[in-house]
Amino acid sequence: MVFLEAIGWRPNLTISVIADIHTTRDDALASINASSTLEDLRAVESAVFGKRGRFAALKTSLKSLTTVDDRREAGQELNAATDLARTALEDRRRQLAAERRSDALHAERLDLTEALGRPGRGHSHVVTQAWQDLEDLFIAMGYRVVEGPEVETDWYNFEALNMGPGHPARGEFDTLFTDHVAPGGSPGHTLLRTHTSPVQIRAMQQMEPPIYVVAPGRVFRRDTPDATHMPVFHQIEGLVIDKGITMAHLAGTIDAFTRAFFGEDVASRLRPSYFPFTEPSAEFDIQRPSGEWLELGGCGMVHPSVLRAGGIDPEEWTGFAFGFGIDRMAVMRHRITDLREMYTNDLRFIEQF
Amino acid sequence: MRVLLSWLREYVETDLGADQIAETLTQLGLTVESCTQIGEPVPGVIAARVLRTERHPDAERVHRVYVDLGDGLERHIWCGAFNMSPGDLVPLATIGTTMPDGRRIERRGILGIDSDGMLCSAAELGIGEDSSGIMLLPGDATPGAAYHEILGIERDFVLDLDLTRNRPDGWGYLGIARDLAASLRTPLRMPRVGNLRSGEHWPVSVEIVDGSRCGRFGAAVLSGVRVGPSAQWMARRLGAAGMRSINNVVDVSNYVMLELNRPNHAYDLDRLGGGGFRVRTATPGESMVTLDGEQRELHCDDLLICDATDTPIGIAGIMGGLDSEIGEQTTTVALEMAWFEPSGIMASVTRLGLRSEASARNERGIDPYGIGFAIERFVTLLSETCPDLVWHQPISEVRCASLPSRHRETVVRVSEVNRVLGTDLDQAQVSALLEPIGFVVERVGDEVCSVGLPSWRPDCGSEIDVVEEIARHHGYARLGRAVPSSPTIGGLTPVQRRRRLVREVMVGLGISEAMPNPFLAPDTARRAGLDTAVVTITNPLVAEESVLRPSLRPGLLGAVSYNASHRIRGIRLFEIGHVYPPAIGELPGEYEALAVVLAGCGAVDAVEVWRELAAALGIGARLDQSVVPSGLHPTRSATLIAGRDTIGAVGEVDPEVLEAFEIDQRVAVLEIDLDVVLRAPSRPAAMKPVRRSPSSDLDLAFVLSESVPAERLTKAIRQGAGNLLADLDLFDVYRGDGLAPDTRSLAYRLRLQAPDRTLTEADIAAVRAACEQAAHKVGGVLRG
Repeated sequence: MVFLEAIGWRPNLTISVIADIHTTRDDALASINASSTLEDLRAVESAVFGKRGRFAALKTSLKSLTTVDDRREAGQELNAATDLARTALEDRRRQLAAERRSDALHAERLDLTEALGRPGRGHSHVVTQAWQDLEDLFIAMGYRVVEGPEVETDWYNFEALNMGPGHPARGEFDTLFTDHVAPGGSPGHTLLRTHTSPVQIRAMQQMEPPIYVVAPGRVFRRDTPDATHMPVFHQIEGLVIDKGITMAHLAGTIDAFTRAFFGEDVASRLRPSYFPFTEPSAEFDIQRPSGEWLELGGCGMVHPSVLRAGGIDPEEWTGFAFGFGIDRMAVMRHRITDLREMYTNDLRFIEQF
Repeated sequence: MRVLLSWLREYVETDLGADQIAETLTQLGLTVESCTQIGEPVPGVIAARVLRTERHPDAERVHRVYVDLGDGLERHIWCGAFNMSPGDLVPLATIGTTMPDGRRIERRGILGIDSDGMLCSAAELGIGEDSSGIMLLPGDATPGAAYHEILGIERDFVLDLDLTRNRPDGWGYLGIARDLAASLRTPLRMPRVGNLRSGEHWPVSVEIVDGSRCGRFGAAVLSGVRVGPSAQWMARRLGAAGMRSINNVVDVSNYVMLELNRPNHAYDLDRLGGGGFRVRTATPGESMVTLDGEQRELHCDDLLICDATDTPIGIAGIMGGLDSEIGEQTTTVALEMAWFEPSGIMASVTRLGLRSEASARNERGIDPYGIGFAIERFVTLLSETCPDLVWHQPISEVRCASLPSRHRETVVRVSEVNRVLGTDLDQAQVSALLEPIGFVVERVGDEVCSVGLPSWRPDCGSEIDVVEEIARHHGYARLGRAVPSSPTIGGLTPVQRRRRLVREVMVGLGISEAMPNPFLAPDTARRAGLDTAVVTITNPLVAEESVLRPSLRPGLLGAVSYNASHRIRGIRLFEIGHVYPPAIGELPGEYEALAVVLAGCGAVDAVEVWRELAAALGIGARLDQSVVPSGLHPTRSATLIAGRDTIGAVGEVDPEVLEAFEIDQRVAVLEIDLDVVLRAPSRPAAMKPVRRSPSSDLDLAFVLSESVPAERLTKAIRQGAGNLLADLDLFDVYRGDGLAPDTRSLAYRLRLQAPDRTLTEADIAAVRAACEQAAHKVGGVLRG
């Protein structure tokens, strides 16, 4: 035997085991490649690699070899064959899985442009949006938001604002009066507020200076509705009362907020005007990039009589006030051509904003 | 106030153009609304002498006019107007002329016969309203000359001023000029007076009965008056200012009013009964015919100018009477210059609905002084057309206590000027700004002045009024700019934050915000099924908008109806707004409310909106179906009750109401009193630990009488399940076979979960038993 081995002779048994290994390997590769589904492949896997599979049987047959060397050699051969088949199986599995995923995905393909519906988000009113933006802007400047009733007394709407009974400026407000009569009062003294300015007085009565507030709200005029006028509309009023407040502060504040709302390239100016409750009074304009000046609202230094009506000593405190239309801000921002459109409550309008 | 620029320039010498002057005035507070160019000549229009006219048999509406342009050639024009005769001089737009309306004149003729241009009406040349016929030029002009040279038409501008209440002086050219001159640092040129012929005193009687209404009344007698046409320059100026030329006397009267802001009235002295004046209020039932031919019923507060026989000849400060008008035969004039108490004039104007150029000035307050100068100016101007005019000085005048003092003054502290304006002016600068506009500054102490107020500025009375004048002439643009830094922290109040949260919830639920009119028609509340009283507007613009809404519902139903009529689907609207039910107190019972309408939805959808809102706001309420607010569906609605407060209602709109609003689908509705809900104290939600141990579901169905609200059973189950209950869902309601009448089966799914362990069979059995027992107490019987 030793001699035979020395010249390279091997017992028949070893040769036949190795041949079996090769056959098994080739059969396995063939059935793996022939598998057309993952299920087939799983059957092949179990037949080849399973506990009772062919590679397991071969492993058992190695025990019949006599020498350590033969067993080692055949064992190495078997391992190589098993690895090769295993790699082939995994490759095939990946391939089949990819095919299956591709088929499944293809089967559920959607044309996303078939969809025209929308989930129904609600829309806050275009005036509310401008209203809240303006509130937020002044809040960022350190203002608080104050409110007052829409049905007001003559005193708050006119008298406390330096328009006593018979004051000629009263006539310019086109006031709507109600039939409400206060106990002990006389008729004709309860009205729909014509401006948000009465809230100035209420704020002064309720707060101690320094006061930095804005008062947005609904106001009323006896006006025929047209593209630029509504009998019911909205204003925002600003009031600042502090020590050392000057007209320069008014101009600076108007400039700051118009830039914040309309953009940094917008210029503003004050122009002398007249309101009974401010003095000096001004209109404030903004200049569009086109160069055109646009009147936005009224403002001025709070009149000493108004400060006194609010219980504030004009010798100690000074203040400024300004007011302008919220509706017009919304109109300008969204290029709305007719104020009335904002109050039709047509959903096709509301949902644009 | 319409201001002719060439006229204004008479008082202020400046090289500035129209736009710059307009801008300067605007910056002074005399806002120029528009600046319109007038009198622009049309090049190519020349005078043509009419030679003859001729009809054409085939042309009915036009005729042929043959003209001479001064070169001896006969030219032919087709013309549609027939008001000219041979020898007339008419304006001809020659071939190639571009008319003010953009039309270009071409040779193109009619019936194959060319036209050598077009004869023009005044309107076509942009120099008047008259388009009834061809304009006739003065016959002594030269044919071929440019029409505008013949007519003296010059390019000019009309400024339209929007004057504020505090500038009564701006109603006269001189007042505007005074401000402009001061702003341009140039002297004001006063109107010329002089060459007056004085006669001996010719007294007229003047009696003021109501001295509180008329502060002074002066009458000047002018003889040698010859009534005739005005000079062309004056007629042109008045025309540009919007006043028709009448005759020289009336025109001078108007001219002085416009120039000096001094309304006045010229009476024919020979027709003035008793040769004098009496100023008194009207007697009850009195009436008179005013200059405009209208019969005026007078009120006992209307002030009248009467003659010495007490016959009314004018409504004081507003309009003269028809009978004492200046006529062609007038030779002696009694000229009235007076000062009336402005608020009395304003009241009469409002009462009578009668406005005039004079009343606009008198009701704002004219200068109580300077009457003498105005009469001199009147006489100077009238002398131009009445060479024999004689002024019989002095004037006859009466003054009363209501006449404002000539010397009004106020103390102005330079420190106050700077405190308000943020400037650093000294007293000299303050004086320099005030003196040119007629304020007289006198130093009375260290940085303290006494400022004499001009009589033509009745609006100025106090220190702050003077501060404004300083600011105007210093220039608002020069005041500087600074943003004050607020010592307070800005922000919304809790109520305001929660209001925004309500909006976010609504928008998140796919509901859009509407803003219906808060004014209702008188019957709308009733149509909406609301039986509440309402507050009414006493002076509504239209009757359909005369009631203040007591509820948001009618407005939203109107919006639903509107949208549905436009075939819009899925109408989901909300409104947050004030409602104004009547109340006893200083003001009506105004409060803020929320209302939601969901068209095509049922009450359950509205309840779901309520639940979402309640969860967001951290509030709760009981649904009480035994009380249904009026206008809501009687069997599908409930009142929301939190504690003892009614905070709203939920359900559907009554079918009858829907019919009244022409709505043909169900409308679910939710209404909340936000004043109560937003003011309710709210704390930030405290965390509840999330249970992550295994959970089990338990389904239980109960039979319950229809008379017991499901809410009670639900509550009972919650209590029965105790703290093992993680979630509860009412997943099925069944009525029908297998159930007793007037009962239904309610199927609940309970998700049970212990905080820290897996549930046992025993736990679940215990919950089941407890729920059964709890349900039993409210009449619920466990099924199966």
